[in-house]
Amino acid sequence: MSDLLFFFEVTLAGLGSGALLSLTALAFVLIYKATRVINLAVGEMLMLGGYLFFAFAAGFGLPAWAAIPLAIAGGGLVGAVVERGLIRPMLGESPIAVFMVTIGLGSILVGLVELIWGTDPRALPAFMGNTPIFIGEAYVSRKIAIAFAVAAVVIAVFLVLFRYWRGGVALRATATDQAAAYSCGINVPGVFSLAWVIGCGTAAGAGVLLGSIGGISPAMGVFGLSALVVVIVGGLDSVAGALVGGLVIGLIEAWAGTYLGGEFKLVTTFGLLLVALMIRPYGLFGTTEIERL
Amino acid sequence: MKIGTAKHSYQADEALLTTRPQRLWMGLFALGLCIAPFMLDNYWLYLACLVAINVASATGLNILTGYTGLVSLGQAAFMAVGAYTVGWMQLRLGTPFLLNIVAGGIVAAAVGLLVGLPSLRVKGLYLAIATIAASIILHFVFVNWQSVTNGNSGLTLTPATFLGTPLTDYKQLYFVFVPITALMVLGAANLFRTRVGRAFIAIRDRDISAEVLGISLLRYKLTSFAISSFYAGVAGGMWAYFFRVVTPESFPFVYSIFFLAAIIVGGMGTILGAILGAVFMTLVPELLRFGIDWLTPVLPNAAAMLSPVRTIVFGLLIVGFLIFEPKGLAEIVQRTRRYFHLWPFKK
Amino acid sequence: MTGALDSGATGAARLEVEDLSLSFGGLKALRGVSFSAEPGSITALIGPNGAGKTSMFNCISGFYKPQKGSVRFDGRDVTRMHPPERAALGFARTFQNIALFRGMTVLDNIKLGRHAHMKTGLLQALAYWGPAQREEMELRAEVERRIIDFLEIDHIRNMPVAALSYGLQKRVELARALAMRPRILLLDEPVAGMNREETEDMARFILDVKEEWGTTILMVEHDMGMVMDISDHVVVLNFGEVIARGLPHEVQADPHVTEAYLGSGDPAALMARLKGETGTTGNSGAPTDDRREDVA
Repeated sequence: MSDLLFFFEVTLAGLGSGALLSLTALAFVLIYKATRVINLAVGEMLMLGGYLFFAFAAGFGLPAWAAIPLAIAGGGLVGAVVERGLIRPMLGESPIAVFMVTIGLGSILVGLVELIWGTDPRALPAFMGNTPIFIGEAYVSRKIAIAFAVAAVVIAVFLVLFRYWRGGVALRATATDQAAAYSCGINVPGVFSLAWVIGCGTAAGAGVLLGSIGGISPAMGVFGLSALVVVIVGGLDSVAGALVGGLVIGLIEAWAGTYLGGEFKLVTTFGLLLVALMIRPYGLFGTTEIERL
Repeated sequence: MKIGTAKHSYQADEALLTTRPQRLWMGLFALGLCIAPFMLDNYWLYLACLVAINVASATGLNILTGYTGLVSLGQAAFMAVGAYTVGWMQLRLGTPFLLNIVAGGIVAAAVGLLVGLPSLRVKGLYLAIATIAASIILHFVFVNWQSVTNGNSGLTLTPATFLGTPLTDYKQLYFVFVPITALMVLGAANLFRTRVGRAFIAIRDRDISAEVLGISLLRYKLTSFAISSFYAGVAGGMWAYFFRVVTPESFPFVYSIFFLAAIIVGGMGTILGAILGAVFMTLVPELLRFGIDWLTPVLPNAAAMLSPVRTIVFGLLIVGFLIFEPKGLAEIVQRTRRYFHLWPFKK
Repeated sequence: MTGALDSGATGAARLEVEDLSLSFGGLKALRGVSFSAEPGSITALIGPNGAGKTSMFNCISGFYKPQKGSVRFDGRDVTRMHPPERAALGFARTFQNIALFRGMTVLDNIKLGRHAHMKTGLLQALAYWGPAQREEMELRAEVERRIIDFLEIDHIRNMPVAALSYGLQKRVELARALAMRPRILLLDEPVAGMNREETEDMARFILDVKEEWGTTILMVEHDMGMVMDISDHVVVLNFGEVIARGLPHEVQADPHVTEAYLGSGDPAALMARLKGETGTTGNSGAPTDDRREDVA
């Protein structure tokens, strides 16, 4: 097999996991844009999504077409409860405090999952098939290809909704100026809830995709850390940044993991993150925050 | 009911302990620390040593996060730097205990300075994330710098020798660790009686007006990082002598969260807060163990629940304190004090 | 005086702004502004909203870097200096929207003002030993004697700043600026948002500072009554340019000034305000007349 073909295959795999990163990062950005909360528990929401799917598909024996929406709805429901119970009381507190609340939330979720399902990694019931896909001569795992396609469709739908749907417009208005949006009759608390429901639902969906590729375990929330790099590099409040950043980080992780060795994956991305922070502190596409005297 | 205290000099007004009852309580507490090792069994001595280590590190983080307002999720990584320095010096150079500990602090402070550099460009959460990045990079270094860290198998230390005695049991370690920690806490308290400490708080509250007052942000942010990681390095050094094995997994990321949680639960930006928080967060998992032991006859697989329950309680404590008692245990203590000062005239 | 704390020159100094221009992208905030603040006098910078007063202030205190022109202090070019360096030279400022450290007590806020003049290093601070302790005690004594008593804030010294009323917070901010041992005091709207009584108190304190400390004072203020009462010299900005300067009553009579204000407010009310308020209070007469020649 030629080196070039191998490189092409690695690149395709990188794009696949990059799409998942984009999707997770999108969940992140959605919540940040609407509520200015950095939700560090997004990785744990993703893990929870994987386990919910496991529970519905393996536990109750539901078919995949029923279990997937249920897992996503479950994630959204948890998002709503979290927003109402933990985030709203923190309204007006320092961003750091809210950030710490989400760290605490992550810990609670991990503990709960361990308590219910144990700490051993598990495989999700297969629902995507195993026949590999070939692009030209390059081999792509069928699961990664499907994950990429699903992520791409979901992201496209999001972009359209963001632009044209009333809820999307309300969300953008809230992101720009909460007080102004409120006085224009936009139900700002409603937008907050909506953002958390959609964000956590999206993360849960990403968890199903991720889990079906690599299996699930309580530690899979680490994926959220890579997504964190994506949003920091792309800009916390930028949807475009999440998309581009996700693909870029996915590619870099794939290349670094293949050519340098698995242990270089995280360190390369985080090294990159440091460089990005020093050069463009507010991300490639993010808005600079200006402090007034 | 306490009546106002009249002081005759500014010195008396600016002392660390301003009232007689405060001095009395502190004296009793010090006495308690001295006699405790003779009353406690080995298990509690083990916990006391661990508490001392955690208090030292939490106090350091409190200087950086609580007082200077720079959130760091790298405290455990700085401890690891201290621990590796101590381990390396003991194994390769054979230098004495105290020198190793101080060197651990200094090397950690140097690394802290480096990690602090992004703080000049970015603030708040971005900085927190930069410190996560630094932790991950440091972890990578610990795994791969074989010649110094011995990779994944890590360093195994021999017991420390202090004043000719090898420190092998917990009681001996206690008598070394507690004074070191006490000194460090005292240093932190002193810091905030002077211009250096005030500059830190000024940066936390309003960095722009701090600059107008002639406070160099560059210098003080980096100083704060250096002190905080010095404390972490010393704590990590003690940790190395305590467990005597240092591996890349000895200081996981969650240990950094632990320290942040400790100062939140204890009360950010108060000396007492870091102490209370570190004590509390160290002891709660042990209390849970007792709870689980007690439940075992009823629930046969209770032992398996210990780890998840600890994780949940850890998260609940962070969330609960942030929502219901954001100023932490220190504020509860203050409230109790006020209540007794005013008693019986106000409820 | 506690000589140990002193650093550098003391005494009031002259501030000269020469041909200063500042633009943000295409927007020209200041175009070739020149004026000076004389040692030991009160200079007021006035002008309608958006005239460039705050931009001017930020150039003087070092937050904005002007594209052209210079700021000279005591004969020294400070245009490119960072705020902390200027602080060490004797610049002190207050802010339009109070910039106190809310988490600290009044006393600590004031002490912070002296930061740049103190010497305690990190290791001394950790030990609180010898010179560090002595320096802190000297500072405390001086702050108590020269500032807290002077500004009548002894009853609140141990209160957290966040608990104080607006007027008191402004006074604490002035106290902090005084603790910097300023050679020039920059006051950004010292009485904005204050009621009449608070305004009068503040005006009295500013005059007292001038008289007792002999500090050069430059202030931006919208309250015409107060400006006309206490200033020795008034500079009027509009659209980033100086349109008039001189003694308060000269500026008031200047047709350019009236015109500048007419564009942005109710003319009748403004005229009444300009005339009426100086009519009722007239203590600015004597000192300003003496100064007439320096200014011109």
